[in-house]
Amino acid sequence: MEYHLDLPVGSDVIKKLRVGDIVYVSGMIFTARDEAHHMMLEKDKKDIPFDPSEMALYHCGPLMKETKDGWEVVSAGPTTSSRMEIFEDKFIERFGINIIIGKGGMGERTEKALQKYICVYTSYTGGAGALAADKVEDVPAVYWLDELGMPEAVWIFEVKEFGPLVVSMDSHGGSIYRDLKKG
Amino acid sequence: MNFEDIKKGVVQLIKKAETELPDDVIKSLKNAYKVEEGVAKAQIDAILKNIDLAKESGRPMCQDTGIQTFFVEVGVDFPHISKLKDLIVDAVKKATMEVPLRPNTVDPFTCENHKDNTGEHIPYITWDFVDGSDVFITSLPKGGGSENMSKLGMLKPGVGIEGVKDFVVDEMIKAAGNPCPPTVVGIGIGGGADLALKLGKRSLLRPVGVRNKDKTIAAMEEELIKRINDSGIGPMGLGGKTTVLDVHIEVAHRHPASLPVGIAVQCWADRRARMVIHSDGSWEVE
Repeated sequence: MEYHLDLPVGSDVIKKLRVGDIVYVSGMIFTARDEAHHMMLEKDKKDIPFDPSEMALYHCGPLMKETKDGWEVVSAGPTTSSRMEIFEDKFIERFGINIIIGKGGMGERTEKALQKYICVYTSYTGGAGALAADKVEDVPAVYWLDELGMPEAVWIFEVKEFGPLVVSMDSHGGSIYRDLKKG
Repeated sequence: MNFEDIKKGVVQLIKKAETELPDDVIKSLKNAYKVEEGVAKAQIDAILKNIDLAKESGRPMCQDTGIQTFFVEVGVDFPHISKLKDLIVDAVKKATMEVPLRPNTVDPFTCENHKDNTGEHIPYITWDFVDGSDVFITSLPKGGGSENMSKLGMLKPGVGIEGVKDFVVDEMIKAAGNPCPPTVVGIGIGGGADLALKLGKRSLLRPVGVRNKDKTIAAMEEELIKRINDSGIGPMGLGGKTTVLDVHIEVAHRHPASLPVGIAVQCWADRRARMVIHSDGSWEVE
């Protein structure tokens, strides 16, 4: 099945998504790599300056360019998700994430959290940085740029028809990656 | 000699490597598109569209513009050998602003980022000396996701070449979707620990589809391509027929007690570009 979703979406929509489905998302997404995960989990929820539950979480360290009008995305494909495995179950629980976009898949802890908190993990084509940048319409905010630097900072992107994303781990325990490992 | 002009040439070299893939890689990805179906085909389709878009818009194809890595062949009669290193380092700084490149070099202790893609030992330059007065520079920007899947195996010589093959296949199955397949896998066999890894990385300079000149090694390359692709890992690890675009092997003589095997993995963005600088300062990005 192919879905075109306007974010945020509720659990009813997430439950419909199954491994192998193709999804395109429109709305707000935020980037977070290892350091942003770590930092956001250390902070009080009230000190997070945006509402992560309204957005999709994007494992991405973008290449950005500052212009006189603000920031422009140059290239912004996904980064390797497995690095975030040690944080992700807590992150999903704490911030009410229900769509993750990354590459390469995640492990057992995340797989369990996806089922418990009704969330999906989707894969975007690794390295497709120019294609991804083309789907970003606006960069309304960036957080912790000075502390974390360009790749690790949290960037908020407004995207249109961002994809194709492949549902590779669903909220019912399905995982393309686990099935392939078993051969 | 106009060193500023040569620096511009090196910036152009870096830009070319970051924004345009060599024809041999594109041809191989197009072949993959033909044989794949479903989700795997959709991945290759996105990759090919991304390649076109990057070239048209002159922006890096991947946000991970890598660690700037260069292989330089210096003609021993080139008149300004001592200037070359500074030229390359300055060009990296300039390219970071102009292309632009993502600032990727951080201090391993403090995590401080110079924001210009330079630092201790970086850019990483390998120097070789050749006859003549021309200098050849190959740019090979190396992304972190694929580099993280590098492996060194100090195998027991008793396992023989069959053991080497099994080691490579097992490691590539373990790496699964992480290095952004379909990858190009470079393997160095022999030498010592460092040389095996170096040979593996250096073999990535060889175009996709070109076999080792030694028939036995070429046959091993073909066997490994088949075995890794038979794993079904596929593009981005989402299942499919194409896990590797190519496998390249280079060898060195080894110590009788050691059988080092170095694996260097390059993502589908097998970025390579080459330039020549002549002794009069003129240059061409090939």
